[in-house]
Amino acid sequence: MSVIEARGLRKAFGATVALDGIDLRIEEGRILGLIGPNGAGKSTALNAILGLTQYEGQLRILGRDPWNERDLLMRDVCFIADVAVLPRWARVSQLLDYVAGVHPRFDRAKAAGFLAKTSIRHGSRVRELSKGMVTQLHLALVMAIDARLLVLDEPTLGLDILYRKQFYDSLLNDYFDHNRTIVVATHQVEEIEHVVTDVMFIDRGRIVFDRSMEELETRYLEVMVRPEKVGAARALKPMHERQAIGGSILLFNGVDRQQLAALGDIRTPSIADVFVAVIGNQHGQAQGAAQ
Amino acid sequence: MNIQSNAMTESSIRPQGMPAAISAARAMYWSIRRELWENRSIYLVPLAVAGVALFGFCLSSFVGIWEEPLRLNPAQPQAPYELAAGLMMLTGIVVSVFYCLDALYGERRDRSILLWKSLPVSDLITVLAKASIPLFVLPLIVFTVTLATQWIMLLLSSAVVLASGMSVGELWRNLSIIPMWLLLLYHFVTAHVLWPYPVYCWLLLVSGWARRAVFLWAALPVLVIGGFERMTFHTLHFAEIVGGHLIGNAPVMDMAPGSMGLDPLTTHVTVGRFISSPGLWIGLALSAVFLAAAVRLRRNQEPI
Repeated sequence: MSVIEARGLRKAFGATVALDGIDLRIEEGRILGLIGPNGAGKSTALNAILGLTQYEGQLRILGRDPWNERDLLMRDVCFIADVAVLPRWARVSQLLDYVAGVHPRFDRAKAAGFLAKTSIRHGSRVRELSKGMVTQLHLALVMAIDARLLVLDEPTLGLDILYRKQFYDSLLNDYFDHNRTIVVATHQVEEIEHVVTDVMFIDRGRIVFDRSMEELETRYLEVMVRPEKVGAARALKPMHERQAIGGSILLFNGVDRQQLAALGDIRTPSIADVFVAVIGNQHGQAQGAAQ
Repeated sequence: MNIQSNAMTESSIRPQGMPAAISAARAMYWSIRRELWENRSIYLVPLAVAGVALFGFCLSSFVGIWEEPLRLNPAQPQAPYELAAGLMMLTGIVVSVFYCLDALYGERRDRSILLWKSLPVSDLITVLAKASIPLFVLPLIVFTVTLATQWIMLLLSSAVVLASGMSVGELWRNLSIIPMWLLLLYHFVTAHVLWPYPVYCWLLLVSGWARRAVFLWAALPVLVIGGFERMTFHTLHFAEIVGGHLIGNAPVMDMAPGSMGLDPLTTHVTVGRFISSPGLWIGLALSAVFLAAAVRLRRNQEPI
């Protein structure tokens, strides 16, 4: 059974189409990065997965219908929407008590163990904690839940770089194993580069790119081409071209490595490079069609 | 067979042996506790008002600054007890109104609804937990605090009566405290819990719906319908009905003019009339409708 299975997932707010027929299948043990420009439909997709919004089409999360079975689903699914959702009036100990009270798979001792590594005290109120500490607290709560799917929506928004790095380090070292699945939506592409196993780009409600990291690393190559060889390089139909000091950087999809090595220095593109190429091309095509 | 094999897979996946589910009662219990953590006014305000009432009572007993009816009078001792009870009832109404106006609005405003919805607690349980505050929790607190206040008042006045050489027996006989408390309990449950409940449920519903100015939205129908009725028929029945429900103007007892109904000698309860009044049943039916709508609404609500 797939963890997430969607067919023809659609959601419109009035005339605005947020999700335009998404097909999606995510297997257990993957870490999926969902990447897209603002307003691309990332949050709407996650909200549908979490049973927070109604949708058209088929969607099964761990075999359940999220809209009608949200409370049951949440025994196996956790999510961190963003750092600002912990209630400011709550004490740390109250949050631990509450989650322990309502969640059958919450291990309070484990949460306390995670908190012991931070400077968060059990008697503090959330409003007294810094933004970074609130994230640590939320992560400690979530990591102590023995869930099968963890959904993160811009989890590190507004955090400084230390907390951001720590956030993903904790997730990988103290939480992730091959029985769990993580979906993370963000536009901080660089910070999930070495975390995710799969990448999906979403643009204007559609999935425009869906690859595993191995595929991305083997299929896509970037070449730094000197001006005199640009013509030859362009003949190989690059996906994207950009200017840099001393030449052009061309991004190729599925072109032979040897062939490209003759044109200049080869390197593996970052997710961000591929993202710009794919989304840029999409927008270019859309503009072309409009004209 | 199926159940057994499910149970086996469950336990093989979860070697820790944690239960797979939490009972609705337990989810309800923790949801109510979280309401009490978030809204400390539910118990702090009644306690504070009781403190003020006791302070005022001390002034009147020991210093005697108040007018005749409130001064300690062993022959007619009810007045200060009625006043304290009335004050506590009023406190209950005010706290309920403020609680309900914020109950489903606050969690959307501070975005914490996203945390609550990430936990395995249904919208039904959450809304019922919130609806149980003005139905059970707050009444229990207000009633207990009222009894405690009156008990302390009785001890204080007994001390004063003793010190002045009068008979304590007369005070206790005339006050007849146990019948008074039974009467208070009856009055409280009927007129201040069941009768105003539709108003509280309406406030809960609006607090789950409005994006701002919950109080104005909640009052709008009363203003519009009341205004329309006033202009068209020159009457104010709708506003009177709503207001009467809120302040507990219910057909629960006959009492002597000018009394507040705590004297068992002059007050006669009219349970039959209360039970058979359409206002009670229409009100409770409306409460159910409002709560059902609030549950549906919360399912779809996002932070504001």
